[in-house]
Amino acid sequence: MAGAGMQDIKRRIRSVDSTKQITKAMELVSSAKLRRARQRVEENRPYFEKIEETIQGILPHTRELKNSYIDQREVKKTGYIVITGDRGLCGGYNTNAIKKALNHMEDREVSVIAIGQKGVNFFRKKGYDLDGEFVSISEKPMFSDAKSIGKLAMELYQNEMIDEVNLVYTEFVSTINHKPRLIKLLPLDQKEIPEEMEEERDEVMTYEPSAEEVLEYLIPKYVESMIYGALIDASASEQGARRVAMESATDNAEEMIDDLNLKYNRARQASITQEISEIVGGAEAQN
Amino acid sequence: MAKKFHVEIVTPNRIFFDEEVEKLVVRTTTGDIAILHDHTPLVTPVEIGRAKIIYGNDKEREATISPGILTVDESGAILLTDAAEWPEEIDLDRAERAKKRAKERLEAQKKNEVDETRAQVSLRKAVNRIELAKRKK
Repeated sequence: MAGAGMQDIKRRIRSVDSTKQITKAMELVSSAKLRRARQRVEENRPYFEKIEETIQGILPHTRELKNSYIDQREVKKTGYIVITGDRGLCGGYNTNAIKKALNHMEDREVSVIAIGQKGVNFFRKKGYDLDGEFVSISEKPMFSDAKSIGKLAMELYQNEMIDEVNLVYTEFVSTINHKPRLIKLLPLDQKEIPEEMEEERDEVMTYEPSAEEVLEYLIPKYVESMIYGALIDASASEQGARRVAMESATDNAEEMIDDLNLKYNRARQASITQEISEIVGGAEAQN
Repeated sequence: MAKKFHVEIVTPNRIFFDEEVEKLVVRTTTGDIAILHDHTPLVTPVEIGRAKIIYGNDKEREATISPGILTVDESGAILLTDAAEWPEEIDLDRAERAKKRAKERLEAQKKNEVDETRAQVSLRKAVNRIELAKRKK
């Protein structure tokens, strides 16, 4: 019966419409969260840049110094800090970050510090060696979170449980463009600095009490601020990815509703036409 | 009047302070130091303590500082720190609670060395905040 088909279509329209309302609401929520996350990224930038500047200024002075964070050693086990979100419904955000890490891991012997429920679940299910799990910090990371993650990573590194630390996170390029990125945290890479410049710096900078001690303090700070920077970048990317995913879900729902409406109207028309022809047919038969 | 120089105090969450001042006093790992205009270039770690900012004309301000690093060069002084607060921003209740908690932890975990240092650091931070907040009242 045409009438029953119409009922079905009507029901489907209602169901798609309520889904659309949810995706629309989620889109709006993540827009708001994205704005806040971006603001945090902006606020952190000066601190991060200053730390980097200072550390790059000191490194040339430490050629002769021994520091366990700088000295390269044979890499037996590689550590990864992988930042993902706690929740899904954000397109490829979580999988892309995990894939990035997996590509780099290949046949190495690895251990993982997973941040975010999604990453924790994945690495646990696949039976990876998990050295740390941090959940429910992805949405609003605090500097103290970065500190505890950094502390854990540095402890593992100092105790030679891992010989290299890599950080995997999603870089926030723009609202619609997020790139999974991998950076090496430890040991620190020394950038080559032209010799004249080095001499010039040697003359002017004083390190109190010594360059070594300053470095001792600065490297953990550097690691922490890198992690913090990655955390807030990742949280902005997550919201961005979710917003984009929800926006296209809303668009799709709208398209579906349009389609269904068309179908509904056709069915309605067909049933009216049929009714009329039945009436006409009946009237003619009486004559 | 003494010459002024530029001081920036930057934390991970914000640029806390960014002004011209006459003198800056901070506590480094080797003791208190005062920075004046045209100070020799210097990099040094900073302890939990206070930064005293003297604008000149008897105007001064004080802020609590967490561990950080101070860089002085020809363009001025930059203090990078985990946290910085003006006295009016300090949450006295929270600091008191932190102090109590740290003390309890110290009592409970005398054997464990790592936790003890951590508790001691929290205790010092809390006491530092409380002192400054109370003095300004």
